[in-house]
Amino acid sequence: MKCRKCGEKAVINLRQHRLALCKVHYLEWIPRQVDRFIHKYGMLSQQDRILIAVSGGKDSLALWDILSTLGILADGLYIDLGIDEGVLYSHISRQTIEIFADTRKLHLHIVDVKQEFGQTISQMANKTSRGKGKPCAVCGLVKRHIMNRVAREKGYDVLATGHNLDDEAAVLFGNTLNWELDYLARQGPVLEANHPGLIRKVKPLFRLSERELAAYAILKQIRYIYDECPHAIGSKAITYKEQLNYLEEQRPGAKLNFYLSFLKAKKKGLFNAIDQEQMEKLNTCPNCGQPTTAPGECTFCRMVLS
Amino acid sequence: MNDEVFMGVQLQLRDKKYRVKAGITVFKALEQVNIPSESVLATRNGELITEDEVLKEGDIITLVAVISGGSIFPLNG
Repeated sequence: MKCRKCGEKAVINLRQHRLALCKVHYLEWIPRQVDRFIHKYGMLSQQDRILIAVSGGKDSLALWDILSTLGILADGLYIDLGIDEGVLYSHISRQTIEIFADTRKLHLHIVDVKQEFGQTISQMANKTSRGKGKPCAVCGLVKRHIMNRVAREKGYDVLATGHNLDDEAAVLFGNTLNWELDYLARQGPVLEANHPGLIRKVKPLFRLSERELAAYAILKQIRYIYDECPHAIGSKAITYKEQLNYLEEQRPGAKLNFYLSFLKAKKKGLFNAIDQEQMEKLNTCPNCGQPTTAPGECTFCRMVLS
Repeated sequence: MNDEVFMGVQLQLRDKKYRVKAGITVFKALEQVNIPSESVLATRNGELITEDEVLKEGDIITLVAVISGGSIFPLNG
């Protein structure tokens, strides 16, 4: 297969775009796409102070690399969750990010969950009914809280995350299967800060597939943590992604079409009533200042500070 | 699989090994071992190869899994 731009041997074939590219043109194409999406969806402005949530995986590191390539300055935030499970998961991911940031002279904030709250994510999960058997729920809660807090405390305007098309399509698939209207109303590539306790969030990679991003990371020689978080193995999210990939194989472009059609329906107002209802329901946690649906302390404060 | 008497083409995904016949494409080989091509990238000698690449006798193809997981469901901002 030949590169469509130069006729050299292609290294990747993007079936959904009917586009094969060589290494040189692929490494040009990806940042150009991201730049296009950032502008199209009004994600970032020139004055924004940007914080990127980095995990050590391919997506967040690729995002940091792509923004740097585009000349967009952003600082990183790594949350050390203290996940060991016999494979030193957090230790290795932290080391990976520190090396990435050091070699590129990028600024990195680190929040160590064990140091700050006296317990690791796994310990927190074991203590609460919310986390029993599903530490991912607790992990998500803790990460969202810390991201909002750090971004606000340190004066950032926007938090960028490495969510890709597969992440977004899998979430949409799961939320649609269960008709989780509240979650559907809140899903999107740009999440406005509709409460003083929240930071605006953007997902500049949301139209790129995991495969495209993994190829970018490999070709760009970005060292990333390859193994899954031990808690994620067998998770619903991974099952949904696998199912969507079987569909994608039969119908190239199915994932992108699924997600973009959802955004189109949302833009037409499909979830406006739910959105409005959610806004009216929001309370402020008296302890941390972040939003909560029920009056009183938010779930995070009740779980961590009890 | 016994590596000493290896014949055909070897596909390796994490700690799993599969064997397919030479002369077929990467796409066909993945189909035969029931791995969706969207879930992996194929590499040979550390270089990415496309799905139409015809596999040769003795090829060792390392498949890079691209799915990442973690706390994404449900995602509520």
